[in-house]
Amino acid sequence: MSPAIDTGDTAWMLASTALVLLMTIGLGIFYAGLIRAKSTLNTFMMCVSAMAIGGISWALLGYSLAFDGEGAILGGLGHVALSGVGFEPRGEGTIPHLVFMAFQGTFCMITVALVSGAVVERMRFGAWMVFATLWSLLVYAVLAHWAFGGGWLAAQGTLDFAGGIPVEMGSGFAALAAALVVGARKDYGRQALLPHNAVYVLLGAGILWFGWFGFNGGSGLGVNDAGVLAFVNTLLTPAAALLTWFVLDLIRGRKVTAIGAATAIIVGCVLITPAGGFISPGWAIALGFLGALPCYAMIVWRPRTRVDETLDVLAAHGVAGFTGILVLGLVAQAGWNGVADGLFYGDAGQFWSQALAAAVTPAYAFIATFILLKLVGAVMPLRASEHDEAVGMDVVYHGEEAYPSGEGAILVTPESERELLVADPG
Amino acid sequence: MKLVIGIVRPEKANDVLEALYRAEVRGVSLSRIEGHGGELERVETYRGTTVKMGLEDKVRFEVAVSDEFTQPAVEALCEGARTGEVGDGKIFVVPLEQAVRIRTGESAEAAVTPVESR
Repeated sequence: MSPAIDTGDTAWMLASTALVLLMTIGLGIFYAGLIRAKSTLNTFMMCVSAMAIGGISWALLGYSLAFDGEGAILGGLGHVALSGVGFEPRGEGTIPHLVFMAFQGTFCMITVALVSGAVVERMRFGAWMVFATLWSLLVYAVLAHWAFGGGWLAAQGTLDFAGGIPVEMGSGFAALAAALVVGARKDYGRQALLPHNAVYVLLGAGILWFGWFGFNGGSGLGVNDAGVLAFVNTLLTPAAALLTWFVLDLIRGRKVTAIGAATAIIVGCVLITPAGGFISPGWAIALGFLGALPCYAMIVWRPRTRVDETLDVLAAHGVAGFTGILVLGLVAQAGWNGVADGLFYGDAGQFWSQALAAAVTPAYAFIATFILLKLVGAVMPLRASEHDEAVGMDVVYHGEEAYPSGEGAILVTPESERELLVADPG
Repeated sequence: MKLVIGIVRPEKANDVLEALYRAEVRGVSLSRIEGHGGELERVETYRGTTVKMGLEDKVRFEVAVSDEFTQPAVEALCEGARTGEVGDGKIFVVPLEQAVRIRTGESAEAAVTPVESR
């Protein structure tokens, strides 16, 4: 092993990579609980497919576009198919390049999975797979390059600790575009479309919070002050966001809701994502208390519109990421991060760097996603038929149910199966 | 008095409720059942096991009505539940011997006819 490698750093980054990987499964559980029972598996499978797509598209091309070279807009092709990615560290790093690539790959997976929340219960599975593949390259990899890979945002001084730009704002504003292009579910606004399992929602949120310790805590790329600070802040901000949510729920409906709590956990984790290694624990708590407010307002307002952005990716990720990026520009403290001060500590320029990212990222994510989906939609239908939507995505696209009763099911023997499949391909 | 039983697709249950409401039929109960009415059997695969699902989820409405409300109730069920595909369901109308409203002890027509509409 190269002498530049630090074993402690590497051990933590290996663990962090696995923690972030688990987040996509947690997101699948969270999303699956939020939709109707007849599309449980399809919703979960959109997240699982994001792991397949995000993993391979990342290794073959996305990683290179994001992390090869210092191009302003896009990286190079030097790491296509992982060429030159080996045991030697990348740049000044202390972990093997392979580990860095894998850690970043898990970010690509979860971000693609996040976008699916906007289109569940009506998007065709095949069209989703095609869209997700292109999105991981044309939107995620580009934004990751801008924020992490030496692109123009990072070069002009924008700080983003763990992905407020590519992951949170990227997915949130892409979700809005996707919801607009794909259109609302046929029953949206006519029937109450309720979460079918609130326990899944809380369980998924819990797994996400757990995984987020790797997501934020690993974004110091080793065991160092920034990583430790981000790890601890990941404990504090969601806890504060939870308390705020409880109070807001009490004011609005006189009851503290469980699904609200699950949402608050995610909002808190997202808020601290860009700021984790840059702000003091005290400000992290304040960020949780105050940053939850715009997200709550968005979640209350959005269902009154005609936009069926089904699982509120925009509110929980877009708005929270936007808030975190901006607040970071206010309260960053060189005394804690050794890098930069925010507006409150004397550097107004840092705030404007953050504001620039908060203006440009949503615009790029929204416009690029909108155009991309229109193009995919020109080649293949994006939506399931009304009939299929009524039956539910699970049976239509996967030939399985999340909760089969088994009554009235007739076992098909291998001999009769062949005839059956010929007779009824669906 | 008649008991109108409608067996419909679960995804049309909301439309049926709306249609019944518009027809001013009040007092309805529904239950989730499984049934088979000649539609194509669905094939599902769980790992190596392939099965034909012989039974589909259905919703069973029961509406007790006075004679003059029988036809509106039947029409509302038909209108709300129809998609035109095999498997839309069936409606059965059976004579009803007695009905009692538990709260007041009222019986017969007084117990089933929509309360305030006449």
